[in-house]
Amino acid sequence: MTGIVDYNAGNIRSVELALISLGIEYRISKKPAELASADRLIFPGVGEANFAMKELKNSGFDSFLREWAASGKPLLGVCLGSQIIFDHSEEGDTPCLGLIAGSVRHFPQNFRDRGLKVPHMGWNDIRFQNGGSSLFAGIRDHSDFYFVHSYYIDPADPSIVTAAVDYGMSVPCAVKKGNVEAVQFHPEKSGENGLRILTNFCLEKYSGGATC
Amino acid sequence: MLKKRIIVCLDVKDGRTTKGVKFLDNVDIGDPVIMADEYYKQGVDELVFYDIMASARDRGPTLDLIARVAETIHIPFCVGGGIATIDDIRNTILAGAEKVSINSPAVRNPDLLTAGAAIFGNQCIVLGMDAKRDNTMKSGYRVYVNGGRIATEFDALEWAIRAESLGAGEIVLNSIDADGTRNGYEITLTRMISEHVGIPVVASGGAGTVEHMAEVLTRGKADAALIASMVHSGDYTIEAIKNELDSRGIPVRQ
Repeated sequence: MTGIVDYNAGNIRSVELALISLGIEYRISKKPAELASADRLIFPGVGEANFAMKELKNSGFDSFLREWAASGKPLLGVCLGSQIIFDHSEEGDTPCLGLIAGSVRHFPQNFRDRGLKVPHMGWNDIRFQNGGSSLFAGIRDHSDFYFVHSYYIDPADPSIVTAAVDYGMSVPCAVKKGNVEAVQFHPEKSGENGLRILTNFCLEKYSGGATC
Repeated sequence: MLKKRIIVCLDVKDGRTTKGVKFLDNVDIGDPVIMADEYYKQGVDELVFYDIMASARDRGPTLDLIARVAETIHIPFCVGGGIATIDDIRNTILAGAEKVSINSPAVRNPDLLTAGAAIFGNQCIVLGMDAKRDNTMKSGYRVYVNGGRIATEFDALEWAIRAESLGAGEIVLNSIDADGTRNGYEITLTRMISEHVGIPVVASGGAGTVEHMAEVLTRGKADAALIASMVHSGDYTIEAIKNELDSRGIPVRQ
């Protein structure tokens, strides 16, 4: 069973609806205890990092997610969820969960002068890095996914980056460190390619360790 | 490379899709959920739903419709019309919409953009703007509210810049002059706004041919082109539009 972390941050419903359409068994909850028996966890989120961290602390999900990561069971962070697993976010100067070493940074200020809009919003193609991930099984390199973000993940260890996207620079957009995996784009809003990623995470013999 | 987005707009009135010319004479053209699914299958990049009577009647967003659309399609969609409070934003997002478009209520209460962005992030706060040519305004364009029925004292360019600083993460810019005419987008207006803000601008109003779309995505500097009549009429499919844009060298999601 797949658990979905609900912490009052954004389009949790979209993730839920994607799993429903795929026929994937899931449980969504605002209470960590109700997700403890899940086999794997999706940690979604859209919104502001500081607000989200407060909600995680208030609900007890901050310590739950740290314990989950240490337990070795698969965790998939999505969008804001892919950012909050790092040490720190420049958004609201927010200390985050620290499941993966690194920072979350705002796109450079010179983007405006270069005619690059922020948020990075829309469909962009991802390039697999470091051998990709089993999460991308069945997906062609350079497939388009839907992005909406003003901050980007900057892992301390570049070898954990499984995909990057070009937007003014090479931007890491997927990482994998042991059982903790994360994507900046929205698989639940990326049509058939996105649904395939959710299927790969939830239904197939996902090891969290193998690469494709 | 970031693709130029092709967005289909569905004007919704009493749960049905409608299309009018210059905001008047709306006729029923179908079930919005069925239409959304058809465009999804054709490869549309995004959808926008406007509850066109919501502001006029002071009604909240049509949450049931949003939920049914969200169950059916798995691409982003934005909902506008009648979103006037933080609760409206929350309910719309929780029903499955990716973004909310705030138009008249943002003019009346600009703080709503700031408050919404603080909670939900600026990426889901879209400023909807209806602008009309007016040489008495500094930029040459005046902002209208209530579906284009009421003139405001807001200059279109000043309002766009201010909305960005308040927290809007995108602007859907509709030209009242061009809307529904199928004679082409308002290139001057779109380019001016897009060059002066750092957030994406969606051009709206006037699309009749793929050439119009190509023009606004290049010369008009729009990040996305919103269409309605072109596809609602059956004259074009999304696939045909994308193939033609691609052949003109414009990056689109295939």
